Amino acid sequence: MLGKNRCIYPGEKVLLAFSGGPTSSSMLRQVQEGLNREAAKKLRFKPGIIYIDEGAVCGRTLDEREKTCRQVEAILQASGFPYHLVFLEEVFDLPASVLNSLSHRPADQAHSYKEAVADFTRWRQQCEKKEGAATSLEDRLAECSLQGCAWKERLAVLDTSSFPASHTELSRLFGAVKSLTAKEELLQTLRTHLILHVARRNGYSKVMVGDSCTRVSVKLLTNLCLGRGAFLAMDTGFSDSRHGDILILRPMREYPAKEIIFYNYLFGVPTIFTPGLGTKASDRASIHLLIESFLCKLQSEFPSTVSTVYRTGEKLSAAPREVDSGVPTAPAQCLLCLCPLDTNVEDGSSLQSMLLSEQLCPRPPAENCCETGRTQAGCCGRPPVVGDSSQLLPLLCYGCRLTVKELVSVQGKVCATRRAPASADAKVCSCSQDWAQGKVARSLSHHTFTRRLSASDAGLR
Amino acid sequence: MENATGKRAAPLSVQLEFGGGAELLFDGVRKHQVNLPNQPEPWNVRHLLVWIKENLLKERPELFVQGDSVRPGILVLINDADWELMGNLDYELQDQDHVVFISTLHGG
Ligand SMILES: [Zn+2]
Repeated sequence: MLGKNRCIYPGEKVLLAFSGGPTSSSMLRQVQEGLNREAAKKLRFKPGIIYIDEGAVCGRTLDEREKTCRQVEAILQASGFPYHLVFLEEVFDLPASVLNSLSHRPADQAHSYKEAVADFTRWRQQCEKKEGAATSLEDRLAECSLQGCAWKERLAVLDTSSFPASHTELSRLFGAVKSLTAKEELLQTLRTHLILHVARRNGYSKVMVGDSCTRVSVKLLTNLCLGRGAFLAMDTGFSDSRHGDILILRPMREYPAKEIIFYNYLFGVPTIFTPGLGTKASDRASIHLLIESFLCKLQSEFPSTVSTVYRTGEKLSAAPREVDSGVPTAPAQCLLCLCPLDTNVEDGSSLQSMLLSEQLCPRPPAENCCETGRTQAGCCGRPPVVGDSSQLLPLLCYGCRLTVKELVSVQGKVCATRRAPASADAKVCSCSQDWAQGKVARSLSHHTFTRRLSASDAGLR
Repeated sequence: MENATGKRAAPLSVQLEFGGGAELLFDGVRKHQVNLPNQPEPWNVRHLLVWIKENLLKERPELFVQGDSVRPGILVLINDADWELMGNLDYELQDQDHVVFISTLHGG
């Protein structure tokens, strides 16, 4: 898959996002094997691994988290690659700059792979020179603090009463989010921000995430339900360039979960199971779980369900950015997910109707922010001073607004950490439940599936 | 159904293994060596699931069995082969069989 797409340059630093789950574990194994292959097929990049401990929001005790971290560390050490163990609490220490999407390097527009490689080599040499000359102490410190080595101390610090800030703030943040759907979205965003930060700090230019074909399909339908239809291509595609300087790759997205699990089982690939937000929850607890069980059920009766959804998603492509003229202004991006804002749309969209219904039935003051919404929708390049969500909302895409609405009562210090879908959750949840269950599920043929997908996509764009 | 070998008279001992989060429903224990009692019919996977539900599952049975089969999204391997190649629910268990259940579902 990687060889086919030719998107990683020799010697490039690539960060593997490792969760302990089957797909990322399998991805790690395949990278290891790829680096050991004979010259012709050998992978030639320099991998590093990041593991994010999310125990704090999943209600795990410090002991449990430490145990998991030790297991993870054993696997990561065995891989021989440099690794970074990060705690979700550390998201509060991120600089606001993580929210800026840096401009593309010219190399990204290169015409052929060869030229791109040449460009990349030149760029790297420049960087190396810069690094040698002036690496500020601050940078070094930051690097150290995010390294894997000192994780035990950092975990202890998170627990001590002298530094309760980030821990309690994180629990407060997630406590304020009512629905599991919003929590999962929030977690996803925070995770991405941490990964981006670590990647930038340590000079990784690509990040590989372990999304299997099954997961991509679930994500595709989930995101449709969450009002993120405009970003399907970015959220589920092979490569995701929304962050500019860091490219996110999904090299595992051709393999269904079943194949991956059989591979792991037969080849003894170690995996670590860590309970997550949705563990032991019923399959209707969140849109994510609902869609997943819907797809699994359908798959058990129509074995090509997942691949059909996957291939339908494959046909979506990211809309080309309209900035083609000389003006180098970056297109307005959502503050949280960094997708181009989709809130500047014509009548009849669900955003419009949402705004209208909010105007008609005003809720507590913090909520009625929408009149200013459209006029300010362009200014998210600079990190805004966030007081309450009314200032934040205009900077967000439709999907993220839904998430953040659930968070209105929280006052976080970092704007990066506020996000959650709620009101629409209720709406969408009820219809997606109808949709997912009962008569529809049984009679839904792949044909309708496809039509529905493309129809909704067109509608959302 | 007649069982020519008459094996059904002997109790079966099979090894069960749970992974991918499914073990959480079994007190976090991954491997179980179990003895299946005598019964008039030969043991197949369908019976095994009922037995597991009644004897081994600690909580939330709906997260493991649905209808008379496993919850969609849970993979089954019998002696290291996909159970779909072995006849699914109708596979007739033999003594010392190794049955593995792995959840592919997010969060177990
Ligand atoms: Zn967004």
